Amino acid sequence: MPQELAIGFLPLVDACLPILAQEHGFAEAEGLSLRLVRDMSWATVLDRLLYGHSDAAHMVAPLAIATTLGRGRPAAPLAVPFVLGLNGNAITFRCDVADRICPLPGLGDPNAVGAALAELVRERRTAGRRLRFGVVHRYSSHNYMLRYWLAACGIRPDDDVEIATVAPPFCADALEAGEVDAICVGEPWNSVAVERGAGRIVMASAQIWRRGVEKVLTLRESVLDEKREATEALIRALVAAGRHFVDPANWEANAALLARPEYLDGSAELIRRAISDRLLLARGGEPVHFPDFMFQHREAANFPWVSQAEWLYTQMVRWEGTPFSAEEAARAARVFRPDVYRAALIGTGEPLPGASSKVEGSLSGQTAVGTQQGTITLESNRFFDGIAFDPNDMAGYLERLP
Amino acid sequence: MRIAIIDESAGRAALIGEGLAALDDCELFVVTERRGLVTRIAEIDPDIVLMDLGNPSRDVLEEYFAVSRALARPIAMFVDQSDDEALAAAIDAGVSSYVVDGLAPHRIRPILDLAVRRFQAFSRLQADLAEAKGKLAERETIDRAKRILMDSRGLTEPQAYAELRKAAMNQGKRIIDIAEALVTAHQLMGGK
Repeated sequence: MPQELAIGFLPLVDACLPILAQEHGFAEAEGLSLRLVRDMSWATVLDRLLYGHSDAAHMVAPLAIATTLGRGRPAAPLAVPFVLGLNGNAITFRCDVADRICPLPGLGDPNAVGAALAELVRERRTAGRRLRFGVVHRYSSHNYMLRYWLAACGIRPDDDVEIATVAPPFCADALEAGEVDAICVGEPWNSVAVERGAGRIVMASAQIWRRGVEKVLTLRESVLDEKREATEALIRALVAAGRHFVDPANWEANAALLARPEYLDGSAELIRRAISDRLLLARGGEPVHFPDFMFQHREAANFPWVSQAEWLYTQMVRWEGTPFSAEEAARAARVFRPDVYRAALIGTGEPLPGASSKVEGSLSGQTAVGTQQGTITLESNRFFDGIAFDPNDMAGYLERLP
Repeated sequence: MRIAIIDESAGRAALIGEGLAALDDCELFVVTERRGLVTRIAEIDPDIVLMDLGNPSRDVLEEYFAVSRALARPIAMFVDQSDDEALAAAIDAGVSSYVVDGLAPHRIRPILDLAVRRFQAFSRLQADLAEAKGKLAERETIDRAKRILMDSRGLTEPQAYAELRKAAMNQGKRIIDIAEALVTAHQLMGGK
């Protein structure tokens, strides 16, 4: 009898790995039966996880850290033994704003668009109508990537512009109604907005940080301990699902599957575009190919680098305005569990990095990295401003950031 | 005490509202509209917010509560953090509650308990309704199957029903399964 695990998720394309692991029998091959539990807000996904309705969840990475540190909820230690994907988000502006800051067709250059945006922001601020951005949650990579970019371009979040929370399915509505001037959200919601003529995709989050941590698989620490073997089996099933997901031969079938009412309940066409790294930036245009828009498998993308957790912590305190705490940073770092990932995959063919932490954003080209198993060549993982994050000097890093 | 009930299901919100109306010293506000939710909640300025666990607006609302910490009255999730049982019961029933900081647990507990009971009652009502609808749909399908047999084989209604029953017994299936198969086959064969 397969062991059942309940997995919570939100209807986003990057919830694909658990869904496909179940649908294609990868879970069953590992002795598991996954029951996918669909919800519409991160608060609900989190509550179900905390109170045992689900064993594991698809989650925005910062929320796992925030919850462990007691932000927004009483502290509950969570564990992340697997990264469900990097990037896959975009910033979509209302058409009139997009035309102003990114006049040429195609994706904008983060520096050029940022400069034009800074000018518009100044104008709007003077006129008493600050620009408003919508992100999916305060503890999300969307929020941190957006703020990183704005601040690097001389725009002060919360001061020069407003940043509000908008649930993904309502992003297109919010843009259309003018409740926000731009959204930073995962697919398919940018494409939904474009389809409705409500906005234009101006940048992919991958342009801000080329290999930015996005969604993770989260469990309560106690559940991980209690169901350790099943979790390792789940990791193996998810890796198999990732391999299946990135294979172009499977794009069409997987898009149709994910589009089902019990999963994303959306358009297979839009999902297929996202899976194949193609984005329709504006209604009536031609899709552009943006390689690695979504990144679920290659280059050990699922490895939970401790440095990723540490970067997220630095951004959390940066925008909270709380002082950096080495003790909290250490607790945040422990949320990511490369040890569990290794234990699950040792002896399989999967590449395993030798280190558990790295300098983030230090690579501008192909670099072979030391491995415990297999080979890994990492491609550029730069931040657009060229600043690298060394987890050995988090306080210094924070001081250097605008 | 000002209590806001946020629920996109007007029926369920009414059920809870009805229960709470009996309480002394409680002013109730029901919000079913998603648009303008934060503005409305700011206007109401509630002491307690009751909301269905799966409401899509929870992230937006929690963000508002987090921001309002910096302003007037901070709002904490749930009642008494140490009361695990009450929290678990609430989550199981599908209720999430947000309470103004400093409100005494003994004032909040009866309200939360009532909300939990009402949510559970609503779930049962929905399950009953689904069952009734299911039965009604089954009744209609069986009637159609009987009609098909009566028209094509010149049977009376009791004879048609007997045929369905016989087939069900022979095949070890339910009458509704036989009826559905017959209706589907009839449609595929070009019938109406």
